[in-house]
Amino acid sequence: MAIGYEMEGKTLWIKLEGELDHHLAQQVKRKCQMMMISYPVENIGFDFLKTDFMDSSGVGMIMGRYQEVHAVGGHIYIRNVNRNIDRIMTISGLYKIIQQ
Amino acid sequence: MIRFEFDSRSENEAMARVVIAAYLLREDPTIEEMADVKTAVSEAVTNAIIHGYDDENGKIVMEAELKDHCLEVTIIDYGKGIENIEKAMEPLYTTKPEKERAGMGFAFMEAFMDELYVESELFHGTKVRMRKKVSQWSKEN
Repeated sequence: MAIGYEMEGKTLWIKLEGELDHHLAQQVKRKCQMMMISYPVENIGFDFLKTDFMDSSGVGMIMGRYQEVHAVGGHIYIRNVNRNIDRIMTISGLYKIIQQ
Repeated sequence: MIRFEFDSRSENEAMARVVIAAYLLREDPTIEEMADVKTAVSEAVTNAIIHGYDDENGKIVMEAELKDHCLEVTIIDYGKGIENIEKAMEPLYTTKPEKERAGMGFAFMEAFMDELYVESELFHGTKVRMRKKVSQWSKEN
């Protein structure tokens, strides 16, 4: 499991690898918070290309990042979401806070 | 029947999902059924680690049995127990918002499994038993 990242303008793209459970969510949270101190991050994007699993811990983590970027007028983006993760996002209501 | 015991560490969440997935494979489940079971198990195990043991060391037991195309999986911890099960099961209710818990664990277990039973005793632990019919497609087709 690893977390890649990339700045695209003011958007921090987090490239998730592995399964976005409680274990990985904790690491992603720390990474995002560190990046927000070091770079002018306004938006956070999550790239699920190499992820095929997410549970409610992932939902909580994304909601946490939303609160942080929302406070500075930023947005949450996602890309490469598969059917399973799309289902979790729908059920959890995450799409209400994700910029499509 | 299988019984899998492991330490309450977050890196073992993935292990629990792999074990239940391997066990379920013999029933030839659909991709969706497999995802449902993995998610429900992940939620129950995460609850045991975060809430049952408050991120301290403890043992978690996962038992699973397949009978008549029905999976029964039980997640047992010997932690602090749940004071108010009804409250704990309310969607969006969490005792740990500071840890970015969404309060959706039990709601996900209920949504992805057919049956969910929670037994808990304060200072003794919690047992979460879930059931799900699998490989329904083979009967339909």
